[in-house]
Amino acid sequence: MESIKLHYDISPTDFTRAGAASGDVKKTLKALGVAPATIRNVAVAMYEGEINMVIHAGGGEIDVEITGDAIKMILADHGPGIENVELAMKEGYSTAPDNIRSLGFGAGMGLPNIKKYSDEFQLDTAVGVGTTLYLTVYMK
Amino acid sequence: MTANDILNILDAEIICRDDLLDTELHTACGSDMMSDVLAFVKEQAVLLTGLVNPQVVRTAEMMDISCIVFVRGKRPSIDIIHLAEDRDMVMLCTKLEMFTACGKLYTAGLRGGSGK
Repeated sequence: MESIKLHYDISPTDFTRAGAASGDVKKTLKALGVAPATIRNVAVAMYEGEINMVIHAGGGEIDVEITGDAIKMILADHGPGIENVELAMKEGYSTAPDNIRSLGFGAGMGLPNIKKYSDEFQLDTAVGVGTTLYLTVYMK
Repeated sequence: MTANDILNILDAEIICRDDLLDTELHTACGSDMMSDVLAFVKEQAVLLTGLVNPQVVRTAEMMDISCIVFVRGKRPSIDIIHLAEDRDMVMLCTKLEMFTACGKLYTAGLRGGSGK
């Protein structure tokens, strides 16, 4: 299978649109006949990343590459960066403000969920520069 | 259990996709925090929530949840309803509180999902 590349610009302000890119990737994978469990892993990991970009980072960019054996995602933002990665990876730890919690997020499950649903997970971050996630989900 | 059974047990109202009321549902999840919903895989699940925003539908979409029940009489706006309609999701609304709604469904045999 030839690789398919998808690119998305994530709007910094539109919370109602957050998840549209993940939904689009999900639809594409479904059309390609990818196994449902693989699709769900990709969809949830990317969706949490997309939400994080809107909540914390003022938007960003997502690149997805679908090959015969894996789905690779690069989620890059130019937000504030993560001060303490170890804490951010802890379930239940969140720096999201109250207004985000009232929208159903900010439970401190974002990064842990992303890691849980990815087969490979790499987080590069620098305070004041931004955060990039490199995620891979293997075809089941 | 079908979406129609849930409709009756919760004395609920149909908000959209009454053509899909025969959808089979095997597990349930009740939460206002969407990241908690995303944390555990559920098969053929119904989501009960008191949260009303488009991310409820997006979260359900990512988890292949085919039925959403709004508790405490909450009603979604038309743009949220359209999102659900396009994704083949049944939406219901009950006046019951979360605890009571979950309890009634549990008593009727519905169970929580198993973790990943």
